[in-house]
Amino acid sequence: MKYVDEFRDPRRAQSLVREIHGRVSRRWTLMEVCGGQTHGLLRYGIAEELADAVELIHGPGCPVCVTSLAAIDLAIELACRAGTIVASFGDMLRVPGSRGSLADARSAGAAVRMVYSPLDAIEIARRNPTEQVVFFAVGFETTAPATAVAVQQAKELDLQNFSLLVSHVRVLPAMESLLQQPDARIDGFLAAGHVCTITGYEPYDKLADQYRVPVVVTGFEPVDLLAGILECVSLLESRSFEVKNCYSRSVCRDGNQAARKLMDEVYEIIDCDWRGLGMLLQGGLRLRPEWRHFDATFRFGGCSLPVIETPECQGGLVLSGRLKPHECPSFGGACTPDRPLGAPMVSSEGACAAYYRYRGAPIDATLNAVSD
Amino acid sequence: MTFATAGIACPTMHSSSQDRITLAHGEGGRQSRRLIAEVILPALNPADQHLTEDAACLPQPTGPIAFTTDSFVVSPIFFPAGDIGSLSVFGTTNDLAVAGAVPLWMSLALVLEEGLPMSILSRVLASVGRAAREVGVRVVTGDTKVVPKGMADGLYINTAAVGLIRPPVPAGPTALAVGDELILSGPIARHGVAVLAAREQLGILPEPTSDCGSLLPGVEALRRRSIPVRAIRDATRGGVSAVLHEWARDCRLSLSINELSIPVADETRGVCELLGLDPLHVANEGTMVIAVAPGAGEAAVAALQELPQHRQAALCGVVQVRQLASVVVQRGLGRAIPLDEPQGAPLPRIC
Amino acid sequence: MCLAIPGKLTQWINRDPLFATAEVEFASIRRVCHMACVPEALVGDYVLVHAGVAITRVDPAEAQRLLDDLQSLGTADEWPPEEDPHEIR
Repeated sequence: MKYVDEFRDPRRAQSLVREIHGRVSRRWTLMEVCGGQTHGLLRYGIAEELADAVELIHGPGCPVCVTSLAAIDLAIELACRAGTIVASFGDMLRVPGSRGSLADARSAGAAVRMVYSPLDAIEIARRNPTEQVVFFAVGFETTAPATAVAVQQAKELDLQNFSLLVSHVRVLPAMESLLQQPDARIDGFLAAGHVCTITGYEPYDKLADQYRVPVVVTGFEPVDLLAGILECVSLLESRSFEVKNCYSRSVCRDGNQAARKLMDEVYEIIDCDWRGLGMLLQGGLRLRPEWRHFDATFRFGGCSLPVIETPECQGGLVLSGRLKPHECPSFGGACTPDRPLGAPMVSSEGACAAYYRYRGAPIDATLNAVSD
Repeated sequence: MTFATAGIACPTMHSSSQDRITLAHGEGGRQSRRLIAEVILPALNPADQHLTEDAACLPQPTGPIAFTTDSFVVSPIFFPAGDIGSLSVFGTTNDLAVAGAVPLWMSLALVLEEGLPMSILSRVLASVGRAAREVGVRVVTGDTKVVPKGMADGLYINTAAVGLIRPPVPAGPTALAVGDELILSGPIARHGVAVLAAREQLGILPEPTSDCGSLLPGVEALRRRSIPVRAIRDATRGGVSAVLHEWARDCRLSLSINELSIPVADETRGVCELLGLDPLHVANEGTMVIAVAPGAGEAAVAALQELPQHRQAALCGVVQVRQLASVVVQRGLGRAIPLDEPQGAPLPRIC
Repeated sequence: MCLAIPGKLTQWINRDPLFATAEVEFASIRRVCHMACVPEALVGDYVLVHAGVAITRVDPAEAQRLLDDLQSLGTADEWPPEEDPHEIR
């Protein structure tokens, strides 16, 4: 596949690995924010390959993981409501809420439909005029434009039976919040490449300057990840705290203006609760007042039942990079992708799921314990 | 699922019991007899003589037999390059094939949803008939039940089949040894992708096709060339990953595969990339994993490649001493990365 | 976040600003994608598609520039011949 295979080329990757080892004078600590990058680093063994040169800590780059319990609970409640269909990305279906997941609700008969795109939810609404269709809108700024297109189409089409449960979150406030932690040990950031296709990277200038951290816009394939890491350690070695773009085939400084215009028309920025991290200032999006009739919480009300988080889940510490997944006492035992205590173990982008998948499940420890 | 998503246009609402299955068809009376005589037997043409008997009394096989059972609940009923009917025959007889047996006889039990159009039933059964003839298995006994509307997703099929074991039979995964070579008989993940694309109406063109088909010719090709096969399994639900994990548990060694050697069709790759699916976790219905003695891999691949359906058979891996995990994938950076077990059905993702 | 795949725009279908759609090809399969965020894309361009929506054009010159930069680091020539990535190890 063009623009994919070239950036998975093992030989290019290996030469970057060698270069990184040769470039560093000490071990640096970098944080990648995006869960897709976490998975790439582990899936290709990059994190381990670079272990002597770079410690990679994993940030809260999993919008599925940080979607509030209240939102999941409300989605489930709406799905159980007669005459309502909840349309959701596959990613959210197995994430545990206070009382089970959307998939559990579906097994019990609730109307939950998996969609690949918010525009599929528009289609469902058009084909089911007597049902209320609620789209569970999760994701970073990468996905928010798609939802904006959907709701604008709904308005043009005068769809009375379409609404959004908005849970879009913003990356930069999360990065800033992590830098503000007293025990923060992030030397540099790998910025989320696909978020930056929309936002551009001009917003990172202030962050880099204020906190004296280099920020490198990075892609997702092995070669892209390694190129971003190389750039970041090079900046650190030369003590420069700049913003650089290593994903220039997809990202430009100003981002995607057309997408942002669509977003600005429908969303306003709000403070919001990130599951595991708490309230983040300007951390989320909400529909503007003039669009609020498309907001499911206005149309149907909030969740009527209390929110119950699992106390054993240390997802918050994992999401802020303070705990590695395998350091959690529940990892692989009480908490597995089959029976997750929290979102990071079940989300396709969660760091816990990445460790479980690509580092080997603890069950292999029993295998290793068997004598020859 | 509605019949509209079964893959054919839905007949009009006011059709008679001749057009649709009713509860009476499962009650054992006149309606049942008519269903068998007028719909089921003709569609299975030629219908085996035993089908009208309560039990099929069959001659004693000439040697030990293999016996298998399976159930089929696939949705949608019809998908590109297959349907629940052909799937029920190939899926069942493939289990016999990889056990080293030649299929003899099969049972066919139908659970029909009230309201199922007769035309769909006929079409599925015609497909059963065609597949059975291709494989050389006789459908000798059957049963029909009808459940109320809303159950059975249109139609479920349960089968059982008997085959005659033909030595040499592979020793099985407990006998896997270090150095044994791992082969895939063709491009993987086609069936799961085809069914997902059809069921979710993903609008992918050309429509991804299933690999639903018989493994008997492939198994026979290996037998004819006296390939020393250690273990052989069709990679159905859970994909190649599920088979490798089962084998690793049985032999307590590590199974290592090279990602770059795994055959994947372009179309499958495109869909998997788009939806974020790992082909190793996606179901197949006409593709097998084969372990052969050290050094026999190339000959095994050559034997398979003579058949058009296995032209892309490839040597993909090797059995090793226990290392960091039971199943590992070489991903080209030179490291062996653990391959996880499938955790439920693979879901498309956007993150 | 976030899974986005590059595909080639093969045919425009609807050029309305909000309802814009085009056929995009990914490794021999095609799918209709929503183009409201990249209305200026041309047939033959590669676009990055996320959740059914094109989010940006892929710039071929920049892609090549990164690959050229990597070339200067030294690649295949220095690779030990016995470590063939296709080899079953």
